[in-house]
Amino acid sequence: MIRVILILLFFLTQTNKAFSLIEVDITRGNLDPLPIAVSPLHVDPNSKTGSNIKVKELGEKISEIVEKNFKSTGLFNPLKKDAFVQKPDIAHLKPRFEDWRLIKAQALVTGKLLIKDEKLKIEFRLWDLTASKEMIALAFTTTPSNWRRVAHIISDKIYERLTGEEGYFDTRIIYVSEEGPKNNRIKKLAIMDQDGAKTKYLTLGNELVLTPRFNPTNQLVTYLSYFRNLPRVYLLDIETGVQEVVGNFPGMTFAPRFSPDGKKIIMSFAKDGNSDIYTMDLETRVVERITEDTSIDTSPSYSPDGKYICFNSDRSGLQQIYVMKSDGSDVKRITFGKGLYGTPVWSPRGDLIAFTKVRKGRFYIGVMRADGTGERLLTENYYQEAPSWSPNGRVLIFYRETKSNSKGEGHSAKLWSIDITGYNERKIKTETDASDPSWSSLLSK
Amino acid sequence: MIKSLIYSISFHVLIILLTILSLPFMLREPIDLPPIVSVELIEITDKTSIPFAPKARKVIEKVKEEEKRVVSEQAPPSLKEKEKLDRIPMPDENKEKQKRVEKKQNPEEVKPEIRQSSEFEKKEIIDTNQIAALIDKAKEEQALTKKDSSKVTQSSVKNSFATGLTLSQEDALRAQIFGCWSVPLGLPYDENLLVRIKLKLKKDGTILKSEILDHERMNTPGQKFYKILAESALRAIRICQPLKVPPTGYEKWKEMQLNFDPTEMIKG
Repeated sequence: MIRVILILLFFLTQTNKAFSLIEVDITRGNLDPLPIAVSPLHVDPNSKTGSNIKVKELGEKISEIVEKNFKSTGLFNPLKKDAFVQKPDIAHLKPRFEDWRLIKAQALVTGKLLIKDEKLKIEFRLWDLTASKEMIALAFTTTPSNWRRVAHIISDKIYERLTGEEGYFDTRIIYVSEEGPKNNRIKKLAIMDQDGAKTKYLTLGNELVLTPRFNPTNQLVTYLSYFRNLPRVYLLDIETGVQEVVGNFPGMTFAPRFSPDGKKIIMSFAKDGNSDIYTMDLETRVVERITEDTSIDTSPSYSPDGKYICFNSDRSGLQQIYVMKSDGSDVKRITFGKGLYGTPVWSPRGDLIAFTKVRKGRFYIGVMRADGTGERLLTENYYQEAPSWSPNGRVLIFYRETKSNSKGEGHSAKLWSIDITGYNERKIKTETDASDPSWSSLLSK
Repeated sequence: MIKSLIYSISFHVLIILLTILSLPFMLREPIDLPPIVSVELIEITDKTSIPFAPKARKVIEKVKEEEKRVVSEQAPPSLKEKEKLDRIPMPDENKEKQKRVEKKQNPEEVKPEIRQSSEFEKKEIIDTNQIAALIDKAKEEQALTKKDSSKVTQSSVKNSFATGLTLSQEDALRAQIFGCWSVPLGLPYDENLLVRIKLKLKKDGTILKSEILDHERMNTPGQKFYKILAESALRAIRICQPLKVPPTGYEKWKEMQLNFDPTEMIKG
């Protein structure tokens, strides 16, 4: 009896509690960048180096690179160092959280470095200032000349800890460098870090080059170049500089791209006004025809799992985007909007396809889901195309050309990046004019 | 026989007693919001960070004018009544006052609709609808919105049932947290990422204790996005404190649950 009463009493009081707890749904927040303080790295006074790296400045330089990386994402707001209230060495041991909160910082990065026996040792910590606790602490050892890469790796780790996504700072971008007047452009393959530093030219500019693409390990590049006035797909080893023609096709090959496992190259082969999609196995050199249609099929791109291919084709009369299985079966049209669709690229996350759209003489870069729904146009301009994904599928890089005047002056081509939300459109600094960018995967992976 | 009858009667009496003591609607009087709330609505809307505040003000002013007109159609209240309206009346007083007002109104002139509700209730209803309409309008422009406005209604229904926060108080609190919460934009939009945080508050709105209700998800492998979101929500609460809580009714809101749902932000 008592037990029954107790049970009843329990349930009734629980009901009362459930009635009285106030619930408030928070469905919106702000898009303001997170205020973050990046303290200069403390340089250990015992540091010695035989090379020509200025050790004393290194701590500041590394923190500057981290800051620049954060700023470029649009998601973080690095605070000015003038307002910092604690010395780097003390802050790295344990920050006075309340002091840092005073300058409205929500996160703090501290670190220290030591160069000894020609080895650079860097450690850093990320602090959550509102919770007054450490979020991540890591240390790296490398050769001193690699300090820029360490700065990028630190940026990646912090970005991942704060956003939940992999970073994209320790990456490179390959592009076509352009110089000279519009009717006599010299085009060279160039490679640089994603922040525009350390540009290297891979070709001399004697031949026209187009559409370079990295393989998954970032060691090989496939691109289009002209051999005896015939466009052909080439393969270049970045380390050794060795290049070769891909396959022995009796005609023009173009729009190459690697498969996600890096074992195949997929490309278009044109003959007699008809172009179809082919793959070539890099080990066996076996060529396989994927599409057989009388129309122009081009710009193929694999899904990250390698099971599907998206491409553009004019088989319906106008250029639209299609998706098929990787063996060429089950072709489905996924775009039905007004205008022409081209250069589809599957996101490394697999959820979206980026594309270029042309409508009423304007060029758009957009994204849509892999089934063609949810189309979003991110940016519009006079001429822009060739989107390429950052390795985390968060940012797109593309190139944009400006209109030249009647004398052919004022023409320029520059690289731009945009977040998939449509925010944070940024011009990327390059030494020369630039087009056809391709983003590498993470180098440290 | 008698024994079991006694058992039965005592058991029934106990159940009835427990029901009366425990179930809130048995004790609570029908919701009769005090007049001060309508004033609050206007003030707080001015303070909220709804991006369409100027528009909201216009509409509210328009509504005010309409109200004035409606009021002027009625028999003008005496000076004494006005004085009474300025202070917070006790529930009993309020009832008496309503009776008095009803007596003084001229039945021939007053429309049946007006007679059914008190002057204050009418204001409340009009303001609420106008603000809800504004919220809807703002959302339409963002192309995201029916869902959100229905959510607002849901939680307000929940809360009015619990008689904890009024719509305007909840709106003020929500607007405050909107401003503090930096939503991590890297979150995937196809996952269930609702973070529920239970708060224990001091009278001044500062936080005594915050507890994540699904805490085990924080350290589950493969739930890193949940962790990131929960951390951002905790940051928002800490930055925001003291929270904008009502000056009265501490017992009702000293414990509160905040549900952080970033779905619409991420999809947008």
